[in-house]
Amino acid sequence: MDKLLRLLSENSSYSTKELSMLLGDTEENINNSIKNLEKQGIIKGYRAVINWEDVQDSGVTAYIEMKVTPQRQTGFDEIAERVMSFEEVSSVYLMAGTYDLAVIVKGDTIQEVSSFVARKLSAMDGVLSTATHFILKRYKDDGVILSDNANDERCMQF
Amino acid sequence: MEYKNYLNETIMNVKPSGIRRFFDIVSEMDDVISLSIGEPDFKTPWHVRKAGIDSLENGKTWYSPNRGFKNLCQEISAFVDRKYSLTYDPESEVLVSVGGSEALDIAIRCIVNPGDEVLMHQPSFVCYEPLTMMCGATPVVIDTKEENSFRLTAQELESAITPKSKLLILSYPNNPTGAILRKEDLEALAEVVIRHDLIVISDEIYSELTYSGKHVSIATIPGMRERTVVINGFSKAFAMTGWRLGYAMGPKEIIAMMTKLHQYCIMSAPTVAQYAAIEALKNGDKDIEKMRNEYDMRRRLVVGTFNAMGLECFEPNGAFYCFPCIKSTGLTSEEFCTKLLSSKKVAIVPGNAFGDCGEGFVRVSYSYSLKHLKVALSRIKEFLEEL
Repeated sequence: MDKLLRLLSENSSYSTKELSMLLGDTEENINNSIKNLEKQGIIKGYRAVINWEDVQDSGVTAYIEMKVTPQRQTGFDEIAERVMSFEEVSSVYLMAGTYDLAVIVKGDTIQEVSSFVARKLSAMDGVLSTATHFILKRYKDDGVILSDNANDERCMQF
Repeated sequence: MEYKNYLNETIMNVKPSGIRRFFDIVSEMDDVISLSIGEPDFKTPWHVRKAGIDSLENGKTWYSPNRGFKNLCQEISAFVDRKYSLTYDPESEVLVSVGGSEALDIAIRCIVNPGDEVLMHQPSFVCYEPLTMMCGATPVVIDTKEENSFRLTAQELESAITPKSKLLILSYPNNPTGAILRKEDLEALAEVVIRHDLIVISDEIYSELTYSGKHVSIATIPGMRERTVVINGFSKAFAMTGWRLGYAMGPKEIIAMMTKLHQYCIMSAPTVAQYAAIEALKNGDKDIEKMRNEYDMRRRLVVGTFNAMGLECFEPNGAFYCFPCIKSTGLTSEEFCTKLLSSKKVAIVPGNAFGDCGEGFVRVSYSYSLKHLKVALSRIKEFLEEL
């Protein structure tokens, strides 16, 4: 993987100067690379990694398996686009395996998410079935261990 | 009881490590970011740990042969050939030891007699001087200089040689400076070593961590193989410090002597570690590469940041330390480190812990995550601004 993208995906708050030292390149080149990646839509944005586990009233998240009927011309794309247009939906993936779409839905309460699934998702044309799983606890999110208070256990030797 | 009447005089006369006191303070403080640690922050690669676990599950818990498992010696021989073009017969010229440390100890003991002079350069790792004294031999310290990139020069070596000189201990890539020796430096040193008929122990424990080209071993310089013992190990290359496994390679006459001593004082290196090490040598090249790339990024960040702060920092090309000069602050190395620790909770090591000539420098280990390094560097910056 591109080293610049790897570094930014770990910590988007690196300054250009820090990136230039880390990568052994000039600040100008780093700036140009970042601008290009933004222009190409490879870098979509910058935001904080939040440990929602420790935030009060942060709502509920459900992981939904959907079986759907692919359309003649567009395959799964059209239905995936309809699913992702709901603002309750935070991620949509096309899957290989026993179901077709994996959908992550966020809401304030279990009732709210349930009613969204029952009234909107399941009711869509082409949806054969859904299975909803509520997330109970997050241990690691997107590469970040959320309860990471690990101490440096190394001893001081020379 | 008056214990000093019962204890060994030579050991009593070995100076206790001055830095221990400082380390004790650090270990009692909370929230300290320690850039004082001399070991990888990476865990041993999983497949290597798994090989150790498998050996335990299969009940392979017996002693190994004195010199180490035959297939481990073969893998070591193949590895150093592939990496450094060193050729050693696995049956007679390789010895597996408890860390590089044991190999160093027994190599020195097998070579020197009381009264011999042992040449060693500083700043360097701290064990060469006491181990030499334990043999009743005399350490002769050569100070290396920042303006020579902390390389031992042929002239410096030549001028320290006396008729009593017998052994030179070389330690590159160097802890604490990060200095390395290039082929031309080694050739110049080899010429002096051969002319004065010296033996060399070359401690190459950081040989896999070089950032400006591949490591060159002095044993590959013509005429040197027959008079060199190369010490290496698994701790730094494979992040296996706690497994305590190293090795020595050299002419079979010296290795046979060392094996005799090893047999009496150690018997054999830990079996579980040897199984893990075989896996590391066979399938660990990618792990080394990954860790080296990570260290290299950190190295550039740390060195660049120190220079930007106005603490001039010699560019280290090996190991995982940098050695900035702090003379511009007007503080001694120990004052600098103690004040930094108490006011900003960042631990680094005073340069004089590695020899008197390290005064005016501090050792900063970049063997820690970028996240921690960034925080520590910004605290050091604040510290300098408040001075």
